[in-house]
Amino acid sequence: MKVTYYPGCSLEGTAIDYAASIAGVAGLLGLELAELEDWNCCGASAAHSIDHALALALPARNLVLAEAAGRDVVVPCALCFNRLKAADKALKGPEKAAVGVDYQGAIKIWDLLDYLTREPDLSSLAQKVVRPLAGLKAVGYYGCLAARPPAVTDKGDYENPQNMERLLKVLGAEPIDWSYKTDCCGAGLAVPRPDLIDTLVMRLYERALKAGAECFVVSCQMCQANLDLPQQRIAAQAGRDYYLPVFYFTELIGLALGHPDVKKWLRGHLVDPLPLLARLGLI
Amino acid sequence: MFDQNLTIRPAPALEEVPASAVSAPVTSCHQCKKCSSGCPLTFAMDLLPDAVIRLALLGQEMLLLGCRTIWVCSSCETCTTRCPNGIDIAGVMDRLKEEALRQGVAPPQPAVARFHRTFLETVRLGGGRLSEPLLLGLYQLKGGDTLARLKSGALLADLRLGWELARRGRLVPRLPRRLKGAPEIKKIFADAHQREEP
Repeated sequence: MKVTYYPGCSLEGTAIDYAASIAGVAGLLGLELAELEDWNCCGASAAHSIDHALALALPARNLVLAEAAGRDVVVPCALCFNRLKAADKALKGPEKAAVGVDYQGAIKIWDLLDYLTREPDLSSLAQKVVRPLAGLKAVGYYGCLAARPPAVTDKGDYENPQNMERLLKVLGAEPIDWSYKTDCCGAGLAVPRPDLIDTLVMRLYERALKAGAECFVVSCQMCQANLDLPQQRIAAQAGRDYYLPVFYFTELIGLALGHPDVKKWLRGHLVDPLPLLARLGLI
Repeated sequence: MFDQNLTIRPAPALEEVPASAVSAPVTSCHQCKKCSSGCPLTFAMDLLPDAVIRLALLGQEMLLLGCRTIWVCSSCETCTTRCPNGIDIAGVMDRLKEEALRQGVAPPQPAVARFHRTFLETVRLGGGRLSEPLLLGLYQLKGGDTLARLKSGALLADLRLGWELARRGRLVPRLPRRLKGAPEIKKIFADAHQREEP
């Protein structure tokens, strides 16, 4: 199977560990990710916050390139996914003329987690598991913008998505239900207002612990960064002793399917997941 | 503080909102407050999201353009998703931020405005893709608070984090590759600049 792949800027930078695990897992699943040639930044929160027209023009260029390539587009970053979907909707509506590009909308834009957990793909993934993740108690944490707003994302289960939990079960882990799986981590406010992130993220740590989780599983590099990077600082400020590794779902697929590079991917994290995995005998 | 010249019509900055693909006009609001109930950032806001919509439909534009709420909104889209009347509340926040900058209203959260502007400037300078190290460097330089941050230890903490990322290969100071579409990107940004300063 071959799809167009839109990695987004972070996956060339601070989220190269996510990018590496995606490439590794795609290889295991026989999925060919053809990177969209000459793609540009989607504009992210900055564009939609302060320049509506730019927030459509930037992703619109990518959509035109992707349509010419002729395949569906798979997007790992929740923000990029959302901006591409928003532009896709706008270019099919009354704003089409203002953007002024030739785009028919014949391609579908997929969030990577959704794409990899469709049936029958999830069932065939199950048959490739060589190392079930027994004992790994995890809460799934879905990126806001992969799910919301449904008028943009076309998701049906936006308040209580289940596909991360379904995947974790298939991988042999123990997904734990909790009520905060789509609560916001603060996203890009991490740079200008880190204090706000501290409040939001500490709530998530406490709720995850209360639910009995030992780690988070995410599908968005912004969520990963906000849960992982400040964990030590937040723990010190709060006088708490948090140890909650934050896995990308692709890293756990790689682990369960026996990919040789998993340790290399995990070394990119600040909260080292290896002690947890070693305790559970998973690495 | 309340505008005495009360006009019972949506704030001018919001009149275009119904033209977007996903939103109903702010006049559809019946104040159920579902937006505020689900908002994760109310603790940092001066106006709750439902009040933003109420003031918008009362035409209280100046009050809204100067409020903190629109800048601490993280665009998580919970309000937009849950509005029973289909108002794109997070989109309204965006429209107000854009209008505040256009009208030169001093944002009460200058750091957030500076971050958004620096982000877009970095994409423009990079020729179409974002260089994260360049963004963080430019953002710090434009802050003008480097000395204060140095004294408070915040700068050192940032540098330490930068080092932790760099030694994991996650913060490599290089510019993005040059795109074939660079002239096209340049034009997209030039058009945006022209809209800002007509």
